Formats: sequence, C-alpha cells, structure tokens
Amino acid sequence: MTTKSSGAIGGHNAKVMNRFELTKRLVEKLKREEAVIGGIGNANFDLWASGQRPQNFYMLGSMGLAIPIALGVAIAQPKRHVIALEGDGSLLMQLGCLATVAERAPKNLTIVVWDNGIYQITGGQPTASATAADLVAIARSAGIASSAWAADEAEFDRLAAAALKGEGPSLIAARIDSKPGVATTDRDPVQIRERFMRGLGVKGIMASGA
Amino acid sequence: MTEQARANTWYDVVLATLKSNNVRLAVYVPDRVFTPLIKALHADAFFTTFAATREEEALGIITGAWMGGMRGAVLMQTSGFGTIPNALASLVVPSQIPALIFVSERGTLGEFNLGQALVCKTMRPVLNSLAVENITITRQDELAFIVDRSIKQAVATQAPVTFILSPLLTGGKVFEG
Repeated sequence: MTTKSSGAIGGHNAKVMNRFELTKRLVEKLKREEAVIGGIGNANFDLWASGQRPQNFYMLGSMGLAIPIALGVAIAQPKRHVIALEGDGSLLMQLGCLATVAERAPKNLTIVVWDNGIYQITGGQPTASATAADLVAIARSAGIASSAWAADEAEFDRLAAAALKGEGPSLIAARIDSKPGVATTDRDPVQIRERFMRGLGVKGIMASGA
Repeated sequence: MTEQARANTWYDVVLATLKSNNVRLAVYVPDRVFTPLIKALHADAFFTTFAATREEEALGIITGAWMGGMRGAVLMQTSGFGTIPNALASLVVPSQIPALIFVSERGTLGEFNLGQALVCKTMRPVLNSLAVENITITRQDELAFIVDRSIKQAVATQAPVTFILSPLLTGGKVFEG
C-alpha cells in the first residue's frame, strides 16, 4: 500500500470519493432543518456549493473549531440534529474536541471528516493522516464508539442515514480526492451568523431578554 | 431578598449573576483559583458545566451555543488566554458573538511562575487591540454590578466581554514553597 490516489492511510480499503459529491448526498438527506457547520476551507466551499441552506454556518477562520461550534449548537438545541463537516488537517489541529464530544455524548451530533491526507488549501502539504494517523481509530479511542470509514458512496449514504436518527454522537470519515472545492463562500461573517441564527429560529428571541 | 444579595463570596456572586442573566452554559479549562466557582457551577443543575480540552475549543462551543439560543461563559486562567487570540480575532469578534470570558488573573501580585507573568503582560494589549471590552475586577462590592451590567451590554451590543478577576478579589494563588 505505498501508492494511493488519496493520501489518507486510514480506511485504506475504502474507495476514494469526491467531497462535493458526498456533500450533495448528505445535504439531500436533510429534511428536518438540520444544522450544518462547515469547517474552514474546502469543506466550507463544497457545502456552500451544495446550496445555501439557512441552517448552514460557514466558518471563515478559527481553523479546527467546526466540531466545537457544532457541539455548542447541539447542546443549545437538543431537538435539532447538528452536523460538522471538517477536513483532516483541521481535525488534527483540535483532536481534543473528540474527547469532549464523547464525554458530552450528544445524541444529535454527527461529525463528517473529509480525509485526503493533505493540507489542500495551503499548498497540498501532507497531513499526518497521509502516513500515520487513522482518524477513525483516534475518534473511537477518544470515546466516539460509532465511528467508521465509508467504504463507498452507498455506505456513506447508509452511515449518514443512520447518524441522522439521532442516536449519536457519531463520526463518518471518507477518503476523498484532492479536487478543490467547486465554489467559494461569501466572506461576510456577520451576514453568515445572522442568517444561521434566523435559520435556527433563534434571532429575535434572545434580543427580547430571554 | 435576591439570590445576589444573599451571596457572600466572590464565586457566589458570579454564579448568581450568571443565573439572573440566564447564562446556562459554563465551559472551562481548570484553574485552581476558580475551583470553588467551577464546583458550585457543577453542583447547580441550572447550569450545563463541563471542561473543554483547550480554551479556543471552549470559545467555539459557546459560540455555537449562542447561535443556537443559549448564553454561555468560558472560564480560564491567564496562561490559557494566550491560546485564544486567533479564535477571538477570526471567529468571536468578526461574527459579533457576546462571549462572556472569565479569566483568573495570574502573573501579578505575587506570581511565582515567570511564564504566567509574561502571558499576563500580553493579555490586556491583545484585548485592547481587538477592541474587546475588558474589565479588571478587584472589589467584591463592585462585582455583581460590573458582571450584571457587562453581560447585558455584551448581549445588547453583540460583543464579547472579558472579566479579569484579580487576586485582590479572589485571593489568587500564592507560592507555598
């Protein structure tokens, strides 16, 4: 196993898929105004390209914080399912959050990790997951028992459908290719945050002194 | 008699003021001086209280909670503050999140650890350069007023606020060697 079209060493038998295609598959399953937090970079860009749902939050900085933000939303709104989309480099920056998620054990939280084994947006430098770190094994060991590599698109669909039942937390990892994101987000953090809060039915409630 | 008026320690006052402002989420990275506050928060079912592994993680969590409709505070010590400027500058400030940040002040008034002392010197300049409201609290008779009014201001103006709790208030941590 010395040459692979995706650099990810984890799930080495898994098919190398495409992030935008999988993002579209995931978003198509969202029928209950689920919240989606897109991590900085291509995770965000492909979420944006999949359709700008009001329940999507696009993170413009703070690399590594998509999962913590999603955990916060999941705690605040336990009846809403929340999904974090995060790249391998971003997750490696903030591995401790997996332990925090496991300790809190929110049933309504799903983490999706796109692993292509590179820091794609900064020039394609290899991440540790290219040669050494299996992100699913790390997540399981952190305490997120329901963590799995998606072998192919059909299994990704199955894992996503199972995760949305709300018996989480769960983590789905996909080996992906190195194609860039297909669109670019707007760069207005206030507008993104406002739209998201309205999409979650929050804005207007808290200003009245809740 | 209000809960605030009954409070007789600094941490009772902080807890009561958080409660009266409906701040239900408290995420912390542990600190010896804050231990009685953290213990009291854990003991009160009004609050969801837990540790994050890093201070910037804690900021991410309360940012998500705010956007989901729940007010949150983060608790950390001075050295932890040194890990959060990026999360402040690229998430909390530009997204206009009323994060309530409580810092147990180390590095002054009897500090014995040089590392803490140097981080302490960076804290206020970083906050000031980001135009983040920061208030050093030294007196218990001003504590409830400052925290209560500043939480209300943070929410109304959609801006973070940092409460620096001085050893003059908390007693701080002293060298016992």
